[in-house]
Amino acid sequence: MTDLTRLTAAALSEKLQAGDISSVEVTRAHLNRIAAVDGDLHAFLHVSSAALETAAAVDAKRAAGQTLSALAGVPIAIKDVLCTYDMPSTAGSKILEGWVPPYDATVVRKLREADLVPLGKTNMDEFAMGSSTEHSAYGPTRNPWDLERIPGGSGGGSAAAVAAYETPLALGSDTGGSIRQPAAVTGSVGVKPTYGGVSRYGAIALASSLDQVGPVSRTVLDAALLHDVIGGHDPRDSTSLRDTWPSFAHAARAGKESRSLAGVRVGVVKELNGDGFQAGVHSTFAEALELMAAAGAEIVEVSAPNFEYAVAAYYLILPAEASSNLAKFDSVRFGMRVNPLRGGTVEDVMAATREAGFGPEVKRRIILGTYALSAGYYDAYYGSAQKVRTLIQRDFDAAFQQADVLVSPAAPTTAFKLGEKLNDPLAMYLNDITTIPANLAGIPGMGLPMGIAPEDGLPTGMQIMAPARQDARLYTVGAALEALLEDKWGHTLISRAPDLALAEDFAATEGVV
Amino acid sequence: MSEITTEQVAHLANLARIALTPDEIAKLTGELGVIIDSIAKVSEVATADIPATSHPIPLTNVFRPDVVGETLTVEQALSGAPEHDGSRFKVSAILGEEQ
Repeated sequence: MTDLTRLTAAALSEKLQAGDISSVEVTRAHLNRIAAVDGDLHAFLHVSSAALETAAAVDAKRAAGQTLSALAGVPIAIKDVLCTYDMPSTAGSKILEGWVPPYDATVVRKLREADLVPLGKTNMDEFAMGSSTEHSAYGPTRNPWDLERIPGGSGGGSAAAVAAYETPLALGSDTGGSIRQPAAVTGSVGVKPTYGGVSRYGAIALASSLDQVGPVSRTVLDAALLHDVIGGHDPRDSTSLRDTWPSFAHAARAGKESRSLAGVRVGVVKELNGDGFQAGVHSTFAEALELMAAAGAEIVEVSAPNFEYAVAAYYLILPAEASSNLAKFDSVRFGMRVNPLRGGTVEDVMAATREAGFGPEVKRRIILGTYALSAGYYDAYYGSAQKVRTLIQRDFDAAFQQADVLVSPAAPTTAFKLGEKLNDPLAMYLNDITTIPANLAGIPGMGLPMGIAPEDGLPTGMQIMAPARQDARLYTVGAALEALLEDKWGHTLISRAPDLALAEDFAATEGVV
Repeated sequence: MSEITTEQVAHLANLARIALTPDEIAKLTGELGVIIDSIAKVSEVATADIPATSHPIPLTNVFRPDVVGETLTVEQALSGAPEHDGSRFKVSAILGEEQ
């Protein structure tokens, strides 16, 4: 008797290929789990009505002897920032309520071509602006470890969905940490690929020079398997890289099997392990470093003096790009339209629509971006922020001379309480202090479970960063660290999450085969 | 403390086409002042000799062949519009009475 929702995507893949289980059984188990727990969690904004039908079609292909991809028949959740032609795509905003795009994002098309089964769309901060999912226009997602706490953001829905066994896999997007920080606070895994490694076509843009789509999962190997499906050049994204990528699943398996870090130079970024971090984040980070050293890693301290300016540069570049990207929500071609009481010109209609359709954080950042791009301020703010970006890239270049990978905590604290930082924008912005530098430099980063903070019993996350285009290194080192930690603990971290009360008894039995 | 005023925020809101209420303008004025004070530090290190980076991994000459690609049909393009006449998006007057 196996609860199919507890299996990893890799394990489901093996059982599906062996014919032990069907995709319909797997999909039904996850839909039942969603029905049982999502009333409390609110990880999903939309659950697909076509999932079982899609799963049956995959089972039919397999029965007919077709050669299928490794993840064929495995369910997946999709962050609502990604366009799906058969499901609403709102990016967590009222202005796009009910909008069904006429096309799929490239990453979604690739999922369908690889026969994964889309379960639905996951909740997020509106237009991915936030670190707690509290800025969703549809209400917050809750953390499966403690329903009174935030699941991180902006991809809190995707992270909570995998952490609560509603799905083995999900897609996220990461502009300043929106994949890695939710992973840290929910005890799951998330990867921001090298900028340009995964297509952004059909991802509703927040900040085009920072956004990157990536995998969300419970294990490093599962993230790698999904990255192999979604990665690669896309002529529809002019910033897409033409590189030929190695198999990330192969890289993850190598790390998992060797459990060795012999000869790997691991750089600890001095500036990303600061005084303001929570005690349990410090202590679990130190323990993980000891374990890495014992496995043969050479631990070196590196300094990145300009990281001090990263958050400031980010909160100029992001609002500037976002204010431009969000100009397309003009009440003409898609989304909401609000007509002012006494009528008016098309511009009056736009202004009334945007007033009603955007939430407070979106308005805040659009106004800030408009200010930063104004004549007279452009050089001092946006121009300076772009120079800081150069300095941060130089810091990374220097650090990677001394180290093969860089590490830091993936978030400065464990999950905080809902509402705790909602009225203090600056405090909220500082949640991404450890993740923002990688976006500014375009390099890949991974968040993965590191331990449990003794003071509050909540998960902490490790961040691993590699030079641009060296995503495979994250998977090898990440999978080795994951295996070493689990050997030491004698269990996975996510298995320590409290059982969510099942809302309905039938769901509990239906989910078991 | 930076010099952000309510008049400035009202002007920015007009540029950004958001009909903010007076309460929102007042609240944003205070918040923006605090945020801008904290992000203005970028100018401390951004000296004249440092080049700007606009894209993390620069690419040049990203072209495609000049041929007709796969595009949306008119019906698809209009499918999400708040108002249309079957072949065009419908909007209210472009010009106001005084223009």
